[in-house]
Amino acid sequence: MSRQAGRGTENKKMNSELFTLTYGALVTQLCKDYENDEDVNKQLDKMGYNIGVRLIEDFLARSNVGKCHDFRETADVIAKIGFKMYLGITPSITNWSPAGDEFSLILENNPLVDFVELPDNHSSLIYSNLLCGVLRGALEMVQMAVDARFVQDTLKGDSVTEIRMKFIKRIEDNLPAGEE
Amino acid sequence: MTIHNLYIFDRTGTCLHYSEWHRRRQAGIPKEEEFKLMFGMLFSLCSFVNKMSPTDMREGFVSFQTSRYRLHYLESPSGVRLVLNTDLGVSSARDALQHIYSNLFVELVVKNPLCPPRAPVQSELFRSRLDAFIRGLPFFAPRPS
Repeated sequence: MSRQAGRGTENKKMNSELFTLTYGALVTQLCKDYENDEDVNKQLDKMGYNIGVRLIEDFLARSNVGKCHDFRETADVIAKIGFKMYLGITPSITNWSPAGDEFSLILENNPLVDFVELPDNHSSLIYSNLLCGVLRGALEMVQMAVDARFVQDTLKGDSVTEIRMKFIKRIEDNLPAGEE
Repeated sequence: MTIHNLYIFDRTGTCLHYSEWHRRRQAGIPKEEEFKLMFGMLFSLCSFVNKMSPTDMREGFVSFQTSRYRLHYLESPSGVRLVLNTDLGVSSARDALQHIYSNLFVELVVKNPLCPPRAPVQSELFRSRLDAFIRGLPFFAPRPS
């Protein structure tokens, strides 16, 4: 019995347009439901977080990646394996902070925004903010508290899309309170 | 060869699932107490093994054995802990545990939006598929004694 019997190689592939359009419908609906863009950003992040905490298990089961020993290794795994597996793209990793606790993911083509043009009245909407939540939720489950945010977005006229990742702390395992 | 029982814990020590097949002796304490005891031991063992290891380890704690049984342990990087007790004839249950994690737990529990995280698994489908998988393992059948 191989470690990934029946999985891994024959991943269910699907047309990413369906995903992109579904995401677009979600954002559109949230924009109708909430009065300001900040709330939409918050909801997207929250949904992303909830996806991330489940997605990490699928990722670990499928990729056979072990524990990362530093943030650089984490960055590599995210860009080269994670993004590749779920979005079919490989962002480049740049702008390391001297301390090695911050880096940027540069997305050449963000599949979430394939058919999007932001109208003027949504200038503070972070359209793909779900991704930040996913990253945060997934990393939290492997005991890394991080901050993820968009600092550049082609939708807003920037030349590239950039997600800034900042390592906050390691979450330590503790015995549940009151047990010795 | 025999499989005695299986525990699945999450990172915080909640017992997500327990099932038993050939367990001739019960602990004599409530199940909740037993889960706490088991998790506490695993937690201590992992930290003991990590501290005492003279070299860097890849896997950490993987199993121990007594005169009568062997405990097999698998921990995912996300902290899901699987424990399988067998008799001494089973030298490694690593592949089986990996299969339970990847193909049963992740597929039927994590991907089921109605299974809340950090709560005991209620899914009947998971229980029956897990039971079928364990019963199908080559080392499941108890040795006639």
